[in-house]
Amino acid sequence: MAPMQTTDKTLDEILTLASVHFKVPREKLFPDDDFFKTLGIDSLQTLDLLTKLENHFGVELPDYELQGVSDFRTLAGKIQARL
Amino acid sequence: MLDLRQYSCLGAALRDALDRFSPHVCLIEADRDREKVRLTYSDFKEIALPLTRALEDAEFDPGDRAAIIMTNQSKWLISAYAIFYAGGVLVPLDYKLTPAEHLQLLAHSKAKLLIVEYYLWRAIMQSPDFHKIGTKFVLVTEAPLGADLAGAFRWEDFKRKGAPDFVMRQREDVACIVYSSGTGGRPKGCVLTHENYLEQCRALTTWYPFWPGVRYLSILPTNHAIDFMVGFIGPFVCGACVVHLRTLRPEFVRDAFVRYRITYVSLVPMIVKNLERGLRAKFDELPSWKRPFLDAMIATNKLLTILRPNVKLSRLLLPGIHRAFGGELLALITGGAFMEPSTMQFFYDLGIPVVNGYGLTEAGTALTLNDLKPFRADTVGKPLPGVELRLLNPDTEGVGEVAVRSKTVMSHYLDDPELTLETIVDGWLLTGDLGRFDGNGHLQLFGRKKNMIVTEGGKNIYPEDIETVFDGLPVKEYCVFAANYIWPKKDPGREMLVLVLRLEQNQSFDSKLLEDVSARNRRLPDFKRVGGYMIWEKDFPRTASMKIKRQVLAEEIGSSVDRSSVVSL
Repeated sequence: MAPMQTTDKTLDEILTLASVHFKVPREKLFPDDDFFKTLGIDSLQTLDLLTKLENHFGVELPDYELQGVSDFRTLAGKIQARL
Repeated sequence: MLDLRQYSCLGAALRDALDRFSPHVCLIEADRDREKVRLTYSDFKEIALPLTRALEDAEFDPGDRAAIIMTNQSKWLISAYAIFYAGGVLVPLDYKLTPAEHLQLLAHSKAKLLIVEYYLWRAIMQSPDFHKIGTKFVLVTEAPLGADLAGAFRWEDFKRKGAPDFVMRQREDVACIVYSSGTGGRPKGCVLTHENYLEQCRALTTWYPFWPGVRYLSILPTNHAIDFMVGFIGPFVCGACVVHLRTLRPEFVRDAFVRYRITYVSLVPMIVKNLERGLRAKFDELPSWKRPFLDAMIATNKLLTILRPNVKLSRLLLPGIHRAFGGELLALITGGAFMEPSTMQFFYDLGIPVVNGYGLTEAGTALTLNDLKPFRADTVGKPLPGVELRLLNPDTEGVGEVAVRSKTVMSHYLDDPELTLETIVDGWLLTGDLGRFDGNGHLQLFGRKKNMIVTEGGKNIYPEDIETVFDGLPVKEYCVFAANYIWPKKDPGREMLVLVLRLEQNQSFDSKLLEDVSARNRRLPDFKRVGGYMIWEKDFPRTASMKIKRQVLAEEIGSSVDRSSVVSL
């Protein structure tokens, strides 16, 4: 991971990964979207996405960190804090 | 297993279990693929007694209440045992609630002690209402060194030398206060006695016994009635082992089945359906020459197990599938919400029986259970030993409200005599669920009489409890209902909440209002969200004290318009 990773870049990478994983056009995803709704996924499918994100960023996110998180921007903040 | 008829309280039964099964492993705790804890019954006792002594020295007295807010882990069970040993009353709270809800229930339960995981405590400390916390002392598990704990003690350091005094309780004494739901409006604290739990455990283990060597994978939250019984009391009084996972990521759950050769697991329907989807996808990926072979094996298994499960035979016929579940799985236990029969049948045909049941927190854990003699996907099974069920006011098809009388029925709702009187009538607990018995004594459910929903994840949601999120919405008035309460439906399938809006005169439902409604809805956890809204053209009927007459309003709406007037959110 590059040392100068910014939150904006992290956020952008999350949106791109979500777009690829759930086959939703990238331009339809926005940082403050509720990802359950935008991606049309349930909480278990979200866990799949998190695994992909963990592998991509090389971090480990405990389940409790993600409790109540439902938008991409907050998620990016949680990942950024562990980079 | 222990003969529970001889015991007057959970503490005494657990104390004997720790001695009787001392060399056996009782707990395994893993974080992802890293095993963190492995305790024998003897180890468990060694950790629990110094904690109990410290609690007693800190003047945690018999009858005092202690809340636990923790994810599934070894310290949950150790703490619960220490509380029972000291004669305390356990208040297991749902760790998924918000800090404000935790504070509300701590206040309602009047808990003297709180035992909580660090990250949950940190969130509670940051709540604007933190200063209102009334607990006398707090123990925090797994706090990092140097962390500010706002006067709380570290669980790991909270121990004293010397044998604690065991406090015997009577069967009619309170063991637990369990909140079935109702944080926003009217907390429903079910007061359950030692007798309730001992009798429930006896009934369940009569049909589904555990024994030393059984490994139960604990995934449902331990604060939930099912896991508390099947993932703690049941296995412990039989000398079995409970496996805790600190993550519920599907890949690690799958890995745990194999790593720990799991015997039983309880899952909510949502997870079972997810497993089904995964398996079906794998079947579809098989090469075309393999798929007919698999289908033939499944058909053979189905035919040979039509009367009784035969796991040994099923493992021979479908070895790959059973290996993926660890090779020793005897059954998936499910409950807490409606389960689609096709999903249960799918697993049964693979040789993995799904033991479906029906229960509610007010009645301990389970009232009915499938006895697999034979397997039935279309019912919730037969009443457990000691459970009397009857149907009130049955209609022409025999469908009526299920009422229960049993030693497992709670004593009362905490500090709510009015609700208790409405719910327990002449010794019968009115469940609010609609059911019918078939010719073989199996109970079939047909939806709900009361204004509530149960999510696929097993959560009870009362509309009144989520209305506060719409406080200040710029409309004349609003009300939230369960759709099935407005439009009764004899189908226990997917349920949803509906927001009924009464607009001001000349007000129109514009995009700004829609955005406001949607934004407020998003503030709710996903499982509590309203599924749709509808505009109602008349003022809501209200009582003299201006409370909405919900039942009257629901009947007015239901008789005037149909479900199609609900717009999805």
